[in-house]
This record gives sequence, structure tokens and C-alpha cells, in this order.
Amino acid sequence: MTLSVDLRHSFGDFSLDARFEAPAGITVLFGRSGAGKSSLAGAVAGLFRPEAARISLDGETLVDTQRRVFRPPHRRRVGCVFQDGRLFPHLNVRQNLLYGHRFASGWQAEARDFDPIVEMLGLEALLERGTTDLSGGERQRVALGRALLSKPRLLIADEPLAALDEGRKADILPYFERLRDELGIPVLYVSHSASEVARLASRVIVLEAGRVIGEGRAEDVLAAPGLLPGGDSGVASILGGRVRTRHADGVTEVEVGGLPLFLSGIGLPAGTTVRLRVRASDVMISLTRPEGLSALNIIPGIVERVMPGDGSGAIVRLRAAAGTILARLTRRSIRALNLSEGTACHAVIKSLAIAEADIARSGPQVNVAPEQEVG
Amino acid sequence: MDWLGPQEWQAVRLSLQVAAWATLLSLPPGVWVAHLLARGQFPGRSVLNALVHLPLILPPVVTGYLLLWVFGTQGPVGAVLEQFGLVLAFRWTGAVLAAAVMAFPLLVRAIRLSIEAVDPRLEQAGASLGASPLAVFATVTLPLALPGILAGMVLAFAKSMGEFGATITFVSNIPGQTQTLPTAVYAFLQVPGGEASALRLVVISVVISMVALLGSEFLARRVSRRGRVS
Repeated sequence: MTLSVDLRHSFGDFSLDARFEAPAGITVLFGRSGAGKSSLAGAVAGLFRPEAARISLDGETLVDTQRRVFRPPHRRRVGCVFQDGRLFPHLNVRQNLLYGHRFASGWQAEARDFDPIVEMLGLEALLERGTTDLSGGERQRVALGRALLSKPRLLIADEPLAALDEGRKADILPYFERLRDELGIPVLYVSHSASEVARLASRVIVLEAGRVIGEGRAEDVLAAPGLLPGGDSGVASILGGRVRTRHADGVTEVEVGGLPLFLSGIGLPAGTTVRLRVRASDVMISLTRPEGLSALNIIPGIVERVMPGDGSGAIVRLRAAAGTILARLTRRSIRALNLSEGTACHAVIKSLAIAEADIARSGPQVNVAPEQEVG
Repeated sequence: MDWLGPQEWQAVRLSLQVAAWATLLSLPPGVWVAHLLARGQFPGRSVLNALVHLPLILPPVVTGYLLLWVFGTQGPVGAVLEQFGLVLAFRWTGAVLAAAVMAFPLLVRAIRLSIEAVDPRLEQAGASLGASPLAVFATVTLPLALPGILAGMVLAFAKSMGEFGATITFVSNIPGQTQTLPTAVYAFLQVPGGEASALRLVVISVVISMVALLGSEFLARRVSRRGRVS
């Protein structure tokens, strides 16, 4: 399952000129607002006619302006979850969910996947309710279920969490993780949030001013200051691990590369594989193993590279048993510690620096090993 | 209904009949034209808009004369229709046409406003779920615009009940044939002692108009509450 997009279009003084491929898994179109992410996703959904484009899904041409091919949106089988939900106000939740199903499988067809999807999204109690009194999170769950039941070959999620507060975001994100891990539907996910990239992305396409400025695995993109909307301040490393136990004091022990990492406030059961986003600015470096320090996580590693960063800062890349860890330090600290390639040191991470939004359940298919992609 | 004389009763019945037919027959083209004006982008859109609104602006007598000119038995369309046995001029069928033409702008205007109030992003969502443009129209646009369509029908019905100028010009004022409620009122006022009959008909039209107006107000309030992404 591959989506391939090559597109040029101008909207007044803004122009899109982008080319990318999205393999299976969740591909995040990432960039600040106004970068052209939603327009690009809209072109794939067929919401407008691009001036010059070739878009194909699974080898099937959706748009080819040279050959004058333009498949109308209703014949693309591209499901959409919009930022604003767009539930039909004259239908109840059940009717909304079944709307697309009827066009995909005929009016008589039994919705065999109805119950599993309703159950997966926790919608049982909402089925007979109207849509106007649903909460933001409920609306997005219904919108997601409605798109899935239309049997899409590709799901487009256009900033599906942007209208939600942090708590509701945390409610919805796991559903996208399950979608990625259990249903295997390829997803084109539009986002400007680095934490969503860290949690969901199998692959990231970075857009700026209508152009693709970088692409790669989430850990590579988040480690590259030049690709991040926030520059150095957004740089983070992603560590893969497995929940070992939850201690009585609420601290959860996660095994990362053979070492225990202590985190606070995750409710995931033992054995769950997780990915953790560790912001580079939350990591301290110590040459010797520090004593009498409150931070719970002290990880030995070796400096792999020191990269100059914004202003007086720099990014230090450590190789540790847990994986690659990035630390953002001032150049003054780097001089003071005399850090250079090969220096043995310790990375220090406070447990609380890794917040709930930085911790994602990663499914069985999602391999933590860097060279593998979601199958 | 013995408090109404036979001629009065006939006029009321004919008016209801004419208004019902005029409303029903103008509904499908009304919905189509309203949708074209609300969503369509094509050359000649403003010309179509002007044409639809013309009966609202023209003196009704002029509209009636134009109808007679086109649909009269000697007229270009009327002559053709006569071959098929459909005579409009000076028949109740002509009163239906006159009423439909006069009510059309009101019908289209109400439906167009209600279609414009339907969020186009909901229609996009429908398309993304596999619904063809026709299916989107039938399952999203129409149900959401329904209160406005009903309001438009109420207005068109009331307008048809009261149409005078075009009707009397096109089909005259023949008791039992083409004498509708307003032309009957006019006729009763022309003869001595007809005031009582006229007054009874006036009361009936006031009641019908009030009911129509209140009904359309109620439906208009409902349309403003629906059809938007909340």
C-alpha cells in the first residue's frame, strides 16, 4: 500500500510544490500552520483540482493532470477525519457511523465490522445519541469510526486533535495507535505537534512554505533541529522500551536497552511496548556518575557528535545502550566539560520531564529497532 | 360550510386547488434552481437570478399579459400545448401557471437561503464517505435544508392563494372556472350588496395568510438552528 503524490498548485500568493510517498503505517505531514499540510491532504482526498499533479494510491491513478484524469472524491475510497469532526447534525451517532458504510457496501449489507469498530472506539453508549451534545473527544471518535466504516484504502486525519484540550487528546491518541497496530490501514496524518509525531509516526514528511524540506523516521526528524518548527527547542530523541513493573509509589519501571528507566504516571500494564519522547532540553550531562541527585534516571553513554545549535546552544548526541539520546546544552557547558566525540559521560533525565503525552504504546508490529518500519 | 354561498365556496375551493397545484408543480424546478443559485458557479448565474426574480419586480398585470402572449392559444407555446389538448388561457390550469410563476421567486429565495445555510464542509464529508454528488444532495443537503423548503412551500402556497393581477389578466374572472378567492372578492365588491360575501372571503384569506406566515416563521427559526457544524 503506497500513496504517491507529486503536486504543484498555487492559491493566490501561496504555492504548493511537493512530492512524497507514503508507505503503510502512519505518515505524518508535519510543519507549522500555513505550511500547506492540509491542502496537500485535501488534494489526496479530492477536495480541489490541482493545477498539475500526479497522485496514485496502490498503483491506481487518482489524479493525473497530464492525462486529464481526475477521480472524484466519492470514488477514491479515501476516508477523512477532519479537525472539526463534521458529523451530520440530522443523523444520530449510529446513522453517522453507517453513512459511508452504505455507499461502500450497499444498503442491504450487514455491517460486519460495525461492532468491532464501535467497541474499539468505545462508542456503544453513544449510538442512539444525537451529535450536537457530544463532547469534542466523542465527536472525533465518531468521526474516526465513520471514516473507518466506509472501508477506506487510505485514511486522512487532518489535525484531528487540534480542536481538543490536552486531556481529550490523550483520550484519542491511543485509538490512532490501535488503528496503526491492529487495522493496518495506511494513514496520512496532518499535524503540527511534535508529540503526536513522536507517538504516532512511522514516517514523517516535513513541510515548509508548501515544500517538502525533509522526510524520514520520527526519531530522525525529531533529532534534526533544521526540520522542526520550533528549531532546537523541539529537538527530542525517541527511546523504545517495555513496561516492567509499576511500583507502589506510582513510579513505573520501563526497561530500555537493558537498563531500567523510571517514569511517573503511566497506567500501562507490564509487558506493553512503549515509545518515549525525551526532549533534548530536558537532558543533563555529567562526566562522572552523579551522587546525591534527585533525578532517577542516569544513563551511561558515549558522545557521538556535538552539533552547534541556535544562539549559544549546541546539541550533543550520545550513544547509549538505550539508544540515541540527544541533549541540548550551552556551548559554555560543552567547553567546561570538554565534550567531544568519544567522551564517556552520563545522561541525566528527571522522571517527571517525560510527561504522559510523551509516552506512547507501540504495538507489536512497531519495531523499536531503528532500521525497521511499520509493516 | 352553509355560511358560505355556492359562489364563495367555489372560489375558496378553486383557490386551494390552484395554490396546491402551483406549489407542488413549482417545487422540483424551485429546488433545482435554488441549488444552482446557491452552489453553482456558471456563466449566466446572475441572469438566471434576475429572471427568477422578475415576476417579483414586474407589475403582475404585465406578467399576466406576457403569459397570455406566450401561453395563449395563439402564443408560441400555447399553440403547441393546444395540440396536446392542454389549454391554459382562461382555464383553471392557467391560474395554476400564473400562480406558480408569481410564487416562484419566493419559493426559490427561501430554499436557496436554506441551502446556503448548509455547511459545504458537511457535503465534502459526505463525498469523502463515498456519496456521489446526487447522493450527497439527497442525504445531506436536502434533509438539512428541509425546514427552509417547507417554509418556501408555505410562502408559495400563500402567494398562490392571493395572486390577483397576473391571474385576472391571463385567465380572467369566470365564476366556477377561474374565479379564485381574490378575484371573487374583487367581483363581489363590484356589485351592490356583495360586501357581506366579500367580507367573509376577506376573513378566510386573513386566516390563511396568518397561518402561512406563522408557519414559515416557525420553520425559518428551525433552519437557523440546524445545518451548521457545532
